[in-house]
Amino acid sequence: MKIVDRIVNWARLKSPWVIHFNTGACNACDIEIVASITPTYDLERFGSLLKGTPRHADVLLCSGPVTRQLKDRLVRIYEQMPEPKFVVAVGTCACSGGVFNGCYSMLSGIDEAIPVSMYIPGCPASPDAIIDGVVKLLKEYEKSLKDKK
Amino acid sequence: MTKRIVIPVGPQHPALKEPASFDVTLKGERVADILVKVGYNHRGIEKGCEGRPYLHCVYLLERVCGICSHSHSTCFIQAVEELANVKIPEKASYIRALFGELERIHSHLLWLGVAAHEIGFDTLLMYSWRDREVVMDLLALLAGNRVNYTVNVIGGVRKDVTEEEKGQILKAVDILEERTKYYVRVATEEVSFIERLSKVGYISYEDALRLGAVGPTGRASGIKRDVRKDDPYAAYEEIDFDIITDDHCDVYGRAVVRVKELLQSYSIIRQLIKKLPQTPLSVNVPKNIPAGEAVSRYEAPRGEDIHYVKSNGTDKPDRVKLRAPTLANVQAVAKMLENGNFADVPIVVAAIDPCFSCTDRMIVAANDVLSEKENRMTWKQLREFSINWYKKNKGVDFSKIKKSDKHI
Repeated sequence: MKIVDRIVNWARLKSPWVIHFNTGACNACDIEIVASITPTYDLERFGSLLKGTPRHADVLLCSGPVTRQLKDRLVRIYEQMPEPKFVVAVGTCACSGGVFNGCYSMLSGIDEAIPVSMYIPGCPASPDAIIDGVVKLLKEYEKSLKDKK
Repeated sequence: MTKRIVIPVGPQHPALKEPASFDVTLKGERVADILVKVGYNHRGIEKGCEGRPYLHCVYLLERVCGICSHSHSTCFIQAVEELANVKIPEKASYIRALFGELERIHSHLLWLGVAAHEIGFDTLLMYSWRDREVVMDLLALLAGNRVNYTVNVIGGVRKDVTEEEKGQILKAVDILEERTKYYVRVATEEVSFIERLSKVGYISYEDALRLGAVGPTGRASGIKRDVRKDDPYAAYEEIDFDIITDDHCDVYGRAVVRVKELLQSYSIIRQLIKKLPQTPLSVNVPKNIPAGEAVSRYEAPRGEDIHYVKSNGTDKPDRVKLRAPTLANVQAVAKMLENGNFADVPIVVAAIDPCFSCTDRMIVAANDVLSEKENRMTWKQLREFSINWYKKNKGVDFSKIKKSDKHI
């Protein structure tokens, strides 16, 4: 591996920038995501930062089972993100549709619209679970880089 | 003449936490027109309730909104209990009120942080969210989950408050009260806070009344209305508290009302804990609910929440209809933004504490009755269409009811 690639990988692992998109959730997972970046839990100590635009982000945190109205929007946001990109489905309904299964304006889960790298169940997923998920995701990515070498 | 520019905001936007979309027409720096596009978060919950037993509906309706989940489930259960003609034990009504107030505290602290973030005051965001964790821990302790506590069952509550938990609630309330007094000081003394929010998003008493603003939005314009006092439910009849109003009529007024309501909530919680009676937690309610209709009202943190339930004698409801407070308040936003600065759009929208997951509807245009040239209905046509529809399909004649021009 070239030294430039090494630096890029190191930076990527130490500063995962996150974008949050609500794909039809009930706000519960969204407030838990915001709670995880505020002082008590402080996700930012892992170098992550909540960004406003998909073009700056490495990780897409999605909450909600994807309403039909939002599906195209979600795909567009996913396509705007630079490679390598990761999608994290936060909450049971983002993983499988959960309590909303059978409602007419819903897909059942994020993975029906875009590929998902990490599932965090819970209704809502607690901040501890979200932090655990993001850290595990980074570890997996680090491992896959080592395997490549 | 100044050129008009249309700026799309959303559905994904840094200032919005939820997928909502606005088309803001600007004339220079000033907002000339705003078009709200809703429906991104529409999940079809009302329809979903029709195929589910009442107990499952409680879980589904709790997830209408994750911030005021207790409000929606209590409001629905009140309607079902009215249909089943059940009186819940006194202790259950106290515990419902207790959770309602804890929810109000967490929602108002959350709003304070979000509003501070929208005006670039991130220190206050971090402070208020740090303090919010005190009440979240309390909810986790009492119910087992931080959000969506599902403490209600049809006929009462599922969880008691033990003596040890009572002590912890009182201790947490003391901490929160001390912190809230600091926020009252910030709201009344911090010059940058006052200057930024004063005269922003102004709506007069008359306009707020005409547009049907509810909750803290209405109370900040001097409308003294609170379901807890006007139509007491749960245990509020036996509790002493004030309705907080303010005459600033702007975003600053709304912040002051919410912060002062926090202090009222602490006092309510102390009274509830002190008076908590010793009765059973719930009564048995038959699975099949007798046929009938009921409407229930609840003062959610954002305002008045209304649920309508129609039952048909089986274990599943025939129709569930809900009107969340944001739907009542969102009408007022266009008026608030009239001739305002573009930079004020996020804070004015945030000031009503919008919850689009409560609000989003599906719109079906009645295309079959329209001619090819016309692509929209006037108010008069819409009225005629609805009168004819009811005459034909339901056999009800509404044509004699006089239409009032006053409120349109």
